[in-house]
Amino acid sequence: MTTALDVVQLSRLQFGLTAMYHFLFVPLTLGLAVLLGVMESVYVMTGREIWRQMTKFWGVLFGINFAMGVATGITMEFQFGMNWAYYSHYVGDVFGAPLAIEGLMAFFLEATFIGLFFFGWDKLSKVAHLAVTWLVALGSNLSALWILIANGWMQHPVGARFNPDTMRMEVTDFMAVIFNPVAQAKFVHTVSAGYVTGSVFVLAISAYYLLRGRHVELAKRSMTVAASFGLAAALSVVVLGDESGYTAGENQKMKIAAIEAMWDTEPAPASFTVFGLPNQETHHTDYEVSVPWVLGLIATRSINGEVAGINELVAHAEERIRSGLIAYDALEKLRGDRDNAGERARLAAHGDDLGYALLLKKIRPDVVNASDAEVAQAARLTIPPVSPLFWAFRFMVGLGFLFIALFAGAFYLASIRKLQSSRAFLHVALWALPLPWIAAELGWYVAEVGRQPWVIEGVLPTFLAVSSLSAGNVLTTLVGFIAFYSTLLVVDIYLMVKAVRMGPSVAAPVRGGTAASLAAAPAE
Amino acid sequence: MPSYETLRLIWWALLGVLLIGLAVMDGFDLGAAILLPFVGKTDAERRVVINTVGPVWEGNQVWLILGGGAIFAAWPPLYAVAFSGFYLAMFLVLCALILRPVGFKFRSKLANPTWRRVWDWALFVGGLVPALIFGVAFGNVLRGVPFRFDDTLRMTYEGTLFGLLNPFALLCGLVSVAMLTMHGGAYLALKAEAPVADRAAFFASRAAMALIVLFAIGGLCVALLIDGYSIVGVIPHDGPSNPLMKHAAANAGAWLANYGNAPSILAAPIVAFGGAALTILFLSARRNGVAIVASALSVAGVVATAGLSVFPFLLPSSLDPNASLTVWDASSSQLTLMIMLIATLVFLPIVLAYTAWVYHVLRGRVTTAYVTENTASTY
Repeated sequence: MTTALDVVQLSRLQFGLTAMYHFLFVPLTLGLAVLLGVMESVYVMTGREIWRQMTKFWGVLFGINFAMGVATGITMEFQFGMNWAYYSHYVGDVFGAPLAIEGLMAFFLEATFIGLFFFGWDKLSKVAHLAVTWLVALGSNLSALWILIANGWMQHPVGARFNPDTMRMEVTDFMAVIFNPVAQAKFVHTVSAGYVTGSVFVLAISAYYLLRGRHVELAKRSMTVAASFGLAAALSVVVLGDESGYTAGENQKMKIAAIEAMWDTEPAPASFTVFGLPNQETHHTDYEVSVPWVLGLIATRSINGEVAGINELVAHAEERIRSGLIAYDALEKLRGDRDNAGERARLAAHGDDLGYALLLKKIRPDVVNASDAEVAQAARLTIPPVSPLFWAFRFMVGLGFLFIALFAGAFYLASIRKLQSSRAFLHVALWALPLPWIAAELGWYVAEVGRQPWVIEGVLPTFLAVSSLSAGNVLTTLVGFIAFYSTLLVVDIYLMVKAVRMGPSVAAPVRGGTAASLAAAPAE
Repeated sequence: MPSYETLRLIWWALLGVLLIGLAVMDGFDLGAAILLPFVGKTDAERRVVINTVGPVWEGNQVWLILGGGAIFAAWPPLYAVAFSGFYLAMFLVLCALILRPVGFKFRSKLANPTWRRVWDWALFVGGLVPALIFGVAFGNVLRGVPFRFDDTLRMTYEGTLFGLLNPFALLCGLVSVAMLTMHGGAYLALKAEAPVADRAAFFASRAAMALIVLFAIGGLCVALLIDGYSIVGVIPHDGPSNPLMKHAAANAGAWLANYGNAPSILAAPIVAFGGAALTILFLSARRNGVAIVASALSVAGVVATAGLSVFPFLLPSSLDPNASLTVWDASSSQLTLMIMLIATLVFLPIVLAYTAWVYHVLRGRVTTAYVTENTASTY
């Protein structure tokens, strides 16, 4: 069961990079799809041509982005089997179902109707086309729901039990998997983050047009839509992110403690550290500046709830490792004697802690012979990297508040009809363009690195989840992905910038000129 | 709840439905991409080819995503062993499948002829490589794959990328390429206008002939050269999904045993051959609407033949036949199979209904006049 460490590191790096790359496209798809629906609804209700132009123009940018999202999404689904074969075996019974249902219920909807969105303008009635646009938006949001149900289960594995006959986790309560509170909180947080991304995108590009005095009618209206939708989204992303923090506080105590660099349990209500330099070696945060009460309020929604510190959680993990070793021992004995009822009962009693015993595999293969020192060492493995989590989280939250300010400003200027003349604000809006992506990537970093050393919290350590591949094979594909993806990103951004420079004419019929002469030219 | 045995059989059949759905739906746009450089001589003609699949390829590709998801959910050990075992081959498939969406989308964004030529060949590669590798993968399923499990069910694979490219598997790869080229050609014959449609019909007929010959050679190899696998002793049909609890062995001619036991399944290879022959016939009679149906039946027959031959095996192990994955010991739990069945019964009819509506809206041929007049709104 020992696996070379570098395969683990390379597989993690590859999954992390391809997932973060995929998530460059996902939030924009989520947000723009809804914005397209809003714009086209206005067109259908008012019949004013400018709104149709807006829908078509933003639709072109949506399409370029969507193709990249689809392309890089296939990699995500395949990689579980390619690089994480033991994971796929160990939790496929639970984790596979939401992925399959995502395809069946959501992605089919989104992908089947997106073709009609582009090709159906002249083939469908106004209302039918509007329905198509909204079905695309509905599909992309449902898609996020099922993916986050799958991801939520990795953070908080409910409704499943270890089966010694099949050596894997199996579903016992599918409703618990679907209505997992962590998954629900993550879904609303992620989807709102997507709406913020779509709104900042529309806001920034519209600001660029207004600064240049081009496509003013389109830009003004787009900016107003983005400002109102974005303000609502930015408020909910912060509020729902707080909800996410609350559910993590209940279910992933180590993640919260690491994000807050809270080494020791404080008397309730715990204080919130605004600044500090967490030291993983000494278990102390240097130069700490903290605000009393705030963390306790966020994480427990009360003034007397205690937030556990890292050292206390490590001691708790040590107990669970000892309990897990009993389960592990029972499992080994069952392998020789499948029908031993006594060992089955022992496994059932301690089965929830089996994953903790597996942590010892990193230290020695024959885990049942682990010494006290080795158990303590394994317990310390449950601490994720504190300093990067501490800072990534703070930057993300800071950006969240910045988005509220940005959209509030845009909303105010739009309502007093001064958007066009406030050049300073337009510059700010333009330069805000990359920020939602940075916030989203930081958010995923906190969510996934904060879960380490687990791939399934408390159930399966990441280092055991990989495929039995050679490091050379994984390195080959990692280098291949980096080269291929970088090239595509350059092309993608180039085409996006070109479409933005062209403006709405990119979506309008071209008469004569280049198109006709090109059509007649031989291809080779 | 239906018995575990029944659910496993249903999911084996649904796996077949999904693979046939993939081969029929995504198959024609892979085939159209393979034919793109050969049936389109001018940029406008190539745009006609691309725009016949332009509005539907995204939906078609979901059959692949759903296929992957369904194998993950219903047959987790198969997903784990096949995807990690065929690691580098899967990577090549991924690169090809990533080239396709961006190729469709990006090609039309610049008028530069070199840019467009590069994307034409990228689309060709994006069609050819998955078609070839899917066939090669089926060939390796028939031959058995070198993997084994330890007692925690961690799989070790002892083959290489070049081991996958053995002569029999390459033959199966060519069967797959011929089959999808026929299907893509039949689709273009229906959806494009002359001269693109005529060229496509010509290539489709040639590909159908190649399919008939190659599929027959493949059958002879299975009968005479390739060992099949069979279960030794009994395997409980409702036992735990643990592939280490049975015995199996490699036997010459074992893949033909099912046809002896249930001659009615000979219908699958007969449909495969007959569909291809009818495709040629209908295309020469310019009955393009019927030709695509014949071609789809042939595709379904080829996939079904492979699946029925190896039943109850899903993926035999050449290294340790006892570790082979079968319908009876490589599924999800009974509860998961049941939940997935309900989800499929609810959503698959809805998917088929709106897909049919979309094809209805998009009915009719794509013409050069249409693509040149609608340059901004087409690919």
